[in-house]
Amino acid sequence: MEQPLEALALPTAQPSRPLRRLPTMPLAWLGVVPFFVFALMFLLLPTLFLIAGAFQDPDGHFTLQNLRDLLAPNIISAYWISIEISAASALGGAFFGALLAAAVVLNGLPGWLRPTLMTFSGVASNFAGLPLAFAFLATLGRMGLVTVLLSSLLGFNLYRTGFNILSFWGLTITYLYFQIPLMVLILTPALDGLKKEWREASQTLGATPWQYWRMIAFPVLWPSLLGTTLLLFANSFGAVATAYGLTGSTLNIVTILLYAQIRGDVLHNQNLGYALALGMIVITGLSNVAYIVLRTRSERWLK
Amino acid sequence: MTFLVLDGLQKIYGTHQVVQRFDLSVERGEFISFLGSSGCGKTTTLRMVAGFETPTVGTIRVDGRDVTQLAPNQRKVGMVFQSYALFPNMTVAQNVAFGLKVAGKSPAEIKTRVGEMLELIKLPKLADRYPYQMSGGQQQRVALARAIATKPQILLLDEPLSALDAKIRVSLRDDIRTLQRELGITTIYVTHDQEEALSMSDRIVVMSEGRMEQVGTPFEIYNRPATRFVASFVGHLNLLKATVVAPSEGRITVNGQAIRTAAALNGVPVGAPLTLALRPEAIRIGASETGNRLDGTISDVAFLGAIVRIRVQVGDNRLSLDTFNNPGSPPPARGEAVHLGFSPEDLHSVSDA
Repeated sequence: MEQPLEALALPTAQPSRPLRRLPTMPLAWLGVVPFFVFALMFLLLPTLFLIAGAFQDPDGHFTLQNLRDLLAPNIISAYWISIEISAASALGGAFFGALLAAAVVLNGLPGWLRPTLMTFSGVASNFAGLPLAFAFLATLGRMGLVTVLLSSLLGFNLYRTGFNILSFWGLTITYLYFQIPLMVLILTPALDGLKKEWREASQTLGATPWQYWRMIAFPVLWPSLLGTTLLLFANSFGAVATAYGLTGSTLNIVTILLYAQIRGDVLHNQNLGYALALGMIVITGLSNVAYIVLRTRSERWLK
Repeated sequence: MTFLVLDGLQKIYGTHQVVQRFDLSVERGEFISFLGSSGCGKTTTLRMVAGFETPTVGTIRVDGRDVTQLAPNQRKVGMVFQSYALFPNMTVAQNVAFGLKVAGKSPAEIKTRVGEMLELIKLPKLADRYPYQMSGGQQQRVALARAIATKPQILLLDEPLSALDAKIRVSLRDDIRTLQRELGITTIYVTHDQEEALSMSDRIVVMSEGRMEQVGTPFEIYNRPATRFVASFVGHLNLLKATVVAPSEGRITVNGQAIRTAAALNGVPVGAPLTLALRPEAIRIGASETGNRLDGTISDVAFLGAIVRIRVQVGDNRLSLDTFNNPGSPPPARGEAVHLGFSPEDLHSVSDA
């Protein structure tokens, strides 16, 4: 009797049975333990503490009064000034930072310039707080070096133009010192992601350089540009030491108001301070979420 | 009729000459490949045709018009890149439509043409996909459709298959050739893959160190390599060191064994050393009575399935030969003495240039 073809087939190798392994904790997890401990102790727990405090009165009872107090004119004004300064420094930082990054990435400047700018940006983006405030007082303050030099060498009195380092624009310019480098650092990889072949392909298809930028490069960069600007906004919104060191309490921004509420002076109302912090968390959280969404979109395109 | 003329093209960066005197006339509808290893100047030459590089010396004429100084967006060339270069913010349909939109075509005309192009590349259902949602092979098909949608005068392909896996490469190269024939578009194809160049081209320009080594049909390039470089670069090749005995009769010796070439070796003095090229597939085991015979010893046998590659030591010459697998007869063993037979017509003298 004839055998079916299947019966003549050579035996095939059996797939090996996977070895049963005991669940083990990879050693690499040990390396990230300090991060999780740090995040838990100095981010998550304090945030939860703040949120809980925002809904309590000094005696620990539940209340919504702290949130209602956020609508007081002086607090609304503080939030508004903070938002204005953050928006101004974010837009300024984004504009000048984008120009700087584009100049070193796209325009064939000498090779040494890029690593030099990156190193400087790495340092400058982290130079904030009291040292930065005093650095600007020492240069652009009433008796600052630049102010005096402008006056003595060029006869130009900076302060007669209405400029004041202790003002809204003074603080905005000071913030730009770390906002511009931060923009450079974050936008450079996005600019690197613009492939030369896209420009060349558009050219062979008849596009002008302007059409290339309008139809390809800007739409590709747009999520990164917008996202990074939002990150700069959040970065500026949360700054306190620079503002306090520079203006003391003359400029009523929300971080200084919050500081006043919890440090124990006449304005002392710790729970209102928690509510102020909760408002800040919401605003910076929203801008960070928008940043992440936009960043994800641009990375999807650029991968 | 000559359509594209590259006349005395040279490209020099500082003191480094990347392309040396490149002269080529291309017929309308011809498929030409620039074949060579990395850094041989093939891509630079292609980029000069595209307008991304300006020749240091020489002119480029398309259909009688000098385009040497024209910007890339005025040359009416389509280009396909190794990295696909699809615009990531646009869907497949928008990518294909880009050139038409820039040219100011009407929306109805664009829609029709995009539909035609997607049918042509057999991807009509992927019109709304973004590049990141497609495989490399699909992306390169779209890049091809985008390049030809505007009906360019010349299609330039810069190693378009290099980033793809072997199976896709073979199918896509057949598709490219079929499309090119259907559309009759003059095409320059840059590759370092000899199989691609041989299988697709009407003519091949083999390049080395910025020089044109040889221009010819795939048959000519493979069977009659003009230089030692071409002989070694295109296909497997045995190079035999020989000594001339009687130049007018083509008689020579290889390790003391007398053989002859089909053509006379005019101008070569008696006793002069000579390099001869011999393709592996031209050699068979077992001497023929009318042809050449060399005696040697098998040094290695590689069983490759359908093909058995055998290496034979003949004095200080090592020859490779390929035979088909014969299920009824096992391959010879290492150390076995063999006679090798081949025709005098298969021996080619190659210059060292």
